[in-house]
Amino acid sequence: MDFSGFLLMRQEVALTAAMLALLLYDIFGPASWRQHLRLVATVAMAAVVAVGFLPATTGEAFGGCYVASEMTALMKNILTVATLFVFLQIGGWLRAGERAHREGEFYYITTATLLGMELMVSAGNFMMLYVGVELASLPLACLAAYDKYRNKSAEAGAKYILFSALSSGVMMFGLSYLYGAVGTLYFSDVSAVVSPTPLALLGFVFFFAGLAFKISLVPFHLWTADVYEGAPTGVTAYLSVASKAAGCFVLLFTLYFVFGRIEGIWYAMLWALSVATIVIGNLFALRQKDIKRFFAFSSISQAGYIMLGVMGGTAQGMASTVYFILVYLFSNMAAFGVIAAVEGCSGRTDIAAFDGLRRSNPRLAFVMMLALFSLAGIPPFAGFFSKFFIFAAAAARGEYVLVFIALVNTVVSLYYYLLIVKAMFINEAEGEGLGRIRTDNYNRLSLVLCTAAIIGVGIVSAIYGYVGDMSAGVALK
Amino acid sequence: MEFTLLIPALPLLCFLFLGLAGHKLCPRAAGLVGTLSMALSTALAWATACIYFFATPHAGGYEQIVPMATDWLCFSQRLVISVGVLLDPISVMMLVVITTVSLMVHIYSLGYMEGERGFQRYYAFLSLFSFSMLGLVVAPNIFQMYIFWELVGVSSYLLIGFYYTKPSAVAASKKAFIVTRFADLGFLVGILVLSYYTGTFDLGALTADKGSLVIASTAGASFMGLSVASWAMALIFMGGAGKSAMFPLHIWLPDAMEGPTPVSALIHAATMVVAGVYLVARLFPVYVFAAPDVLQMIGYIGAFTALFAAVIAVTQTDIKRVLAFSTISQIAYMMTALGVSGYGAQEGPGYMASMFHLFTHAFFKALLFLGAGAVIHAVHSNEMAEMGSLRKYMPVTNIVFLIACLAIAGIPPFSGFFSKDEILAAAFEHDKLLFGVLWVVAGLTAFYMFRLYYNIFWGRERQYHHKPHEASWMMLAPLVVLAVLTCVTGFIPFADFVSSDGAPLHTHIEWPIALSGIAVALVGIFAATLLYRRGGDLPDRIAARLGGFYRATSRKFYMDELWMFVTKKIIFRLISTPIAWFDKHVIDGTMDAIGLSAHRSSSAIKGLQSGKVQFYAWIFVVGALVIAIWQLFF
Repeated sequence: MDFSGFLLMRQEVALTAAMLALLLYDIFGPASWRQHLRLVATVAMAAVVAVGFLPATTGEAFGGCYVASEMTALMKNILTVATLFVFLQIGGWLRAGERAHREGEFYYITTATLLGMELMVSAGNFMMLYVGVELASLPLACLAAYDKYRNKSAEAGAKYILFSALSSGVMMFGLSYLYGAVGTLYFSDVSAVVSPTPLALLGFVFFFAGLAFKISLVPFHLWTADVYEGAPTGVTAYLSVASKAAGCFVLLFTLYFVFGRIEGIWYAMLWALSVATIVIGNLFALRQKDIKRFFAFSSISQAGYIMLGVMGGTAQGMASTVYFILVYLFSNMAAFGVIAAVEGCSGRTDIAAFDGLRRSNPRLAFVMMLALFSLAGIPPFAGFFSKFFIFAAAAARGEYVLVFIALVNTVVSLYYYLLIVKAMFINEAEGEGLGRIRTDNYNRLSLVLCTAAIIGVGIVSAIYGYVGDMSAGVALK
Repeated sequence: MEFTLLIPALPLLCFLFLGLAGHKLCPRAAGLVGTLSMALSTALAWATACIYFFATPHAGGYEQIVPMATDWLCFSQRLVISVGVLLDPISVMMLVVITTVSLMVHIYSLGYMEGERGFQRYYAFLSLFSFSMLGLVVAPNIFQMYIFWELVGVSSYLLIGFYYTKPSAVAASKKAFIVTRFADLGFLVGILVLSYYTGTFDLGALTADKGSLVIASTAGASFMGLSVASWAMALIFMGGAGKSAMFPLHIWLPDAMEGPTPVSALIHAATMVVAGVYLVARLFPVYVFAAPDVLQMIGYIGAFTALFAAVIAVTQTDIKRVLAFSTISQIAYMMTALGVSGYGAQEGPGYMASMFHLFTHAFFKALLFLGAGAVIHAVHSNEMAEMGSLRKYMPVTNIVFLIACLAIAGIPPFSGFFSKDEILAAAFEHDKLLFGVLWVVAGLTAFYMFRLYYNIFWGRERQYHHKPHEASWMMLAPLVVLAVLTCVTGFIPFADFVSSDGAPLHTHIEWPIALSGIAVALVGIFAATLLYRRGGDLPDRIAARLGGFYRATSRKFYMDELWMFVTKKIIFRLISTPIAWFDKHVIDGTMDAIGLSAHRSSSAIKGLQSGKVQFYAWIFVVGALVIAIWQLFF
């Protein structure tokens, strides 16, 4: 047997090893080892990240079902880094109360979903992709319902499982049509023969709808707010960054490599959906009172911006999309780290809980402010550059109307992001307000790293150059 | 030579450290941290100079070296902003000047600023300034130069407004920032025009081979009767004129004296204000070959400014303002020298003279300012009327101040004599009119400097509330060091190191011109001695006889009033008011409309998010079907 295929899969292999190691450690390890579980999980995840940065071999395995390139390695690295941040931020919460005795569950379920996402990114065949989507979705419902004694968390889990069942059903339905139309499920074969026949188009639309559920594009986004609000904060962060990023990466690959020949058909659809996503996400974000719900709609509108880069279509478009997601990862994780800290202290997730945060916890308020500025795209923070590159990619394709609509919506988004800054810096806290919050060292590390990235990633142009080189290596169309 | 990167990097690190953690240190420790990092930078700068001039092989003159550069932003294949370090004779010389004066100011401030509120902040800003100025002079790329140019402006703004509770300091900092920023607009437009045509920001490429790239790429292009190259270089000079306080953009510099005195010595005498001269020198081949008309204009503007500022300096009574106008006049001297220079060995002594004067002037002008600071520290006033006979109380300050006055007046063997003589000789060769103006200015300079000197250290005995005392050793040590430098720097064979094309020049003192220069300086000193040494009322009587001219001069020829008229009456009323109306009603109105419609539509669609999962699924399926129908049938 040829084992070189497994060498290509080094990231998945490392991840599986980490998952099994954590499982065995948790189940068979003596009770006294339990207290180190958090450290072990963090180190294991960091090791997986490190493996991802080793020099890569590229190629295909399993007869083309699995594809590894430098770009997929980079995308998987983004996903694993996001997961590492989630581990850093949620560890303290996992240890509190009745959750303490099932701490390990969280780590290996999360690792399993991450494995599914990596398989999605590397898929070269629709069946493989489908397996990846399922593996990424079903355990996520467990995570959303992780805080099972809280009604909202249980509700989030139920809604997520119902919705992912629906969407994967629709996706499977679409794939069956597609198979009927072209007679193959391999990406390279489909891309060679796909043509705009009604059967293939129906297949494409339903496949797309299933994927759009993961990215929460309008009108497939309705689950987002309820699930984000109910799920534990760390899981919300994971959903909003890793899960969404994986969907976007798959969309990038499938739209251009598989359905590139029928671009004329889906381009207008994507145009309309991205405008609808940005606008609807913004309009709902305006009136939220709960910070997690607020971030649900913020992430919906951010997904709309990502679609702008996807529509760019060139190597520049791909680079700007991946770069945008990278920056979005740091900005969102910084915000969720602060939310987790505030929630851990006060138990509240309404925006009013942030009133007067500057007075009680100036550093947390500062980090939150940077994250919001970056999400809104204010220079010189990383978010400004990522938005700039996305707009430049869309403008390079002549989409001036689209860029204009996106710019107007940026103004609206600035308003609601600044509402939170206002709450922190101008509003006075009711009564005593929050005391001094002591974040644990893990969360503090994540916040420091995110802050450094928000300030640094935009300035250090080598990072964009690196992403650009990766995407220039991937031949588009 | 990669270590040269550390010269600007150390002050940056120091700024970050003091800015973020300074308030946790005791003031003295913060000052020492700043001073030590500056000392390290100074040592590195001197090492760089030694290695560059003596230990690096140069074939036929000193070449440009770029020890390190990285591409920071790539707009296109050719238009790249790189960040790095460029070494050539003038940038190495500037490194030495900036670090040395900055170190002296750091040490001096330990004594001068003792007990001030915001001592740590002061040192953080000093580090920021040093970093920006060093980054400016080593820029291999005109855009990097522009970035640091603005950073220098910001740190100057912060330091002028250091006493931010004093309304006059706040006004002065704003004025300095706005005036120089206005000039920088020209600089930026000039850079963009130049790079649009040449397709590069790289200084080496722009100046290489006698500016042939600029000439070739702008050939035939003209705008309003002036060639594009001239437009670009004139606009770039506008930025330089703003920073270097050339007429009519000089109005910010006298007000900038509101900042702490050591800051005036560092920024507004020795380093930042010569940035304009440095800029013209940096692009000198382009000026000579592509825009000779602009270079000639620079010469005339310089000569006029030199005379204008020297006349005003004669009537000022605030000692720091006298020095400020003297600075304007001396920088204009350097500009004039560039204006009368050509390129290469025979034609180019003006370039060398200008850089030489920049070099010597930095030390003796810093010495004058720091000496004035010691006086102000002792009598708690800037006004001449409240000083007199201080030589009895402050003997060391008296001597070093006298040395500096002799140097700026151009009396041998002090450094100013040598550099001023080179400038006069170069002007004499090139343009007799400009020589005449500069010659008169030399006499005026000697007169007003000795007027200052006698009024402070001689003249009438005053009634002091506290008996003035000599400054502490921390303030005196830099004064003595600078005085020694003032005595010796004139003997450096400067022409061997710095010239317009890098090849050593052979110069000698032109005795007829030198003697005429010394003679006019002596006349000035003699007149000042006669009028001010005893402190009689003769000067007041002369002033009364001059009447209107004296009043106009002491009011600085009403330049401030003229600018205020232009900005308030013309720009504000005719341009700003309509724009403000447009902004308030049309732009704000549009924004309000966006906000209002966003809010309205937001509440109109809130029902969609009902929380019922059946409804969500329904929308999902309907959405997919609608898209499918759209794709199939349209």
